[in-house]
Amino acid sequence: MIVAQQKPINDIAQMINDCKKVLFVGCAGCVTVCLAGGEKETEVMASAMRIKRTLENNPLEAITYTCTRQCDPEYIASLDNVVKDVDAIVSLACGVGVQYLAERFKDKWVVPALDTKFIGGSTVHGVWEEKCGLCGECILHRTGGICPIIRCSKSILNGPCGGSQYGKCEVNKDIDCAWQLIYDRMKALGKLDKLMEIQPPKDWSKSRDGGPRKAIREDVMIDE
Amino acid sequence: MSNLSKLQQVLDSGQFAVTAEIGPPKHSSPEGIRHHAEMMRDYVDATNITDNQTAIVRMSSIAAGAHVLGCGIEPIVQMTCRDRNRIAMQSDLLGAYSLGMRNVLCLSGDHQKFGNHPMAKNVYDIDSMQLIDNLRRMRDEKMFFSGDAIKESEPQFFIGAVANPFADPFEFRVDRLEKKVNAGAQFIQTQCIFDMERFERFMEMVRERGIDQRVHILAGVTPMKSWKAASYMQNNVSGMIVPNELVERLKNAEDPKREGLDICIEQIKYIKENVKGVHGVHIMAIAWEEVVPEIVEKSGLYPRPKVG
Amino acid sequence: MPEFEPKIVAFCCRYCAYTAADLAGSMRLQYSPNIRVVEMPCSGTIEHGVILNAFEKGADGVYIAGCNLGDCHFLKGNVRAIKRVAAVKKVLDEIGLGGDRLEFFHVPASEGTKFAKVANDMTERIRQLGPSPLNKSAAGNAKKEGGQTA
Repeated sequence: MIVAQQKPINDIAQMINDCKKVLFVGCAGCVTVCLAGGEKETEVMASAMRIKRTLENNPLEAITYTCTRQCDPEYIASLDNVVKDVDAIVSLACGVGVQYLAERFKDKWVVPALDTKFIGGSTVHGVWEEKCGLCGECILHRTGGICPIIRCSKSILNGPCGGSQYGKCEVNKDIDCAWQLIYDRMKALGKLDKLMEIQPPKDWSKSRDGGPRKAIREDVMIDE
Repeated sequence: MSNLSKLQQVLDSGQFAVTAEIGPPKHSSPEGIRHHAEMMRDYVDATNITDNQTAIVRMSSIAAGAHVLGCGIEPIVQMTCRDRNRIAMQSDLLGAYSLGMRNVLCLSGDHQKFGNHPMAKNVYDIDSMQLIDNLRRMRDEKMFFSGDAIKESEPQFFIGAVANPFADPFEFRVDRLEKKVNAGAQFIQTQCIFDMERFERFMEMVRERGIDQRVHILAGVTPMKSWKAASYMQNNVSGMIVPNELVERLKNAEDPKREGLDICIEQIKYIKENVKGVHGVHIMAIAWEEVVPEIVEKSGLYPRPKVG
Repeated sequence: MPEFEPKIVAFCCRYCAYTAADLAGSMRLQYSPNIRVVEMPCSGTIEHGVILNAFEKGADGVYIAGCNLGDCHFLKGNVRAIKRVAAVKKVLDEIGLGGDRLEFFHVPASEGTKFAKVANDMTERIRQLGPSPLNKSAAGNAKKEGGQTA
């Protein structure tokens, strides 16, 4: 899932300081699971913002709506009637949702309430870790199911670098060295010989370095 | 201008090589580099020119290498993967060769977190292994990294790499060294050795696999000025092992600087006499370049052989 | 101008604080009439949004009363409530209402006196802080409401 975190409440408040009526839009997708922008978080943010503005003698009418997903046109279409008289829309979705709202509601001031962090998963309740670098060409079959692109601080394909010690990364003792993990796992699987192959330079054109990407499935497209 | 690296000639002729390190300045004057180069000229076979070491901005290693070359010492241009993508790397390498530089040392580079621009984007388009492999292809197969032909004047670098016997996983360090040799590394400089016992175990594994027959290994040594410096390296520099005895020895010394130099000289003599498969020594006198001649002389490595 | 009588919402776990309130009543203890008790199946059922809602609706203070550590009927509900209260305190500080208006207390079922003390202490604390700017009828409201369990 996409993991996001809320911006400081005062930063968001600043963005909508001159608005009288604001729509807070939650998303029931990834950001609900990572507890950053689901229905509950949206209610809490709207409530906090109303209180803050009342205290500042600048009352705010804050309304809320939570979409099934903000990254699909049909799910944000239901906002069409809700947005009519608002001065701004605060999106509690990832960066995708913010952009979908901005694109659909061209005359509205749309602002982000979250910082979109990474894609990953939870380890224990309340802790999420980055696991995938979205490089566009998966190599996990060569690295024992552990991604060096995102979990190695240097994205090294022929690791580990000289900074790996006691299983930890040189960047921070709290970061596991991805290449130590890869080595351990390949060793356990009896596949260390695979690590002796020199992995060639990566084709980064399949990552974002090739420009914004698109995925197309002709067979499921609906003819107009 | 000779096409062959002097360092390569020394090593290939079976002589014990000596290299040292010159750190380019954090400003634009070449005075300091020239001073250090002239001082070391007769005492070393080549000097490494570091590439923004510890991710702190310094004069470019190739520009500094040109100053060193002008003083009559052969530079070993360090190139990290941190700051350049494959386009910039090749362009810089063509430039370095055109200026007469013949040795390149390929390394990953310290993470920018440790430097003075921790907010910088790191590149790591390719890693050190891939850099070695592609430099070899440039020379032997006359190809750019992309596979395009280099129609004329391909750079023929003497390719170096690094090995760190003190990083983990320990056994895989020898595998990775072999992998670098397979990729095309011709000489290896190791991380500073303080834990001699671990280095000897490492070299034993290297010899068992005959890697020392295929590559020239230069043992890295560093003289330490004080027990505080030693303790700092022990605790704050990643990928290093500094035994407590060493720190204690410096702590108890009447003249710690003298003691630091003596330790370094002892280490070099010990490695040269006792550790088989080591073909030279790389002296990293960090911010203490002026002691290099003395270390070389007292280690019995002076005068240096004349080649080329 | 009569003395300010705070409006305080007390979310009380039925296994401890709520029972303690009954006990306080049986013991004929006098305690602050400023609190409005809301019975909870467990202090751990409290949510960030519910607390903020109480403040939005004009509460001058809010507290959550749960079991002693280790005594939660659902094992860790009180621990969760404590963490949530801490998070909402932070929000209240950030938006300027002040985290002091919110608190968590441990009130075991057998301690009617502690129930009364907590009610009195919190009332005194809020009285010192003064009315919440969101409370539209800040003065003279304690006489006719509250003072008993719901």
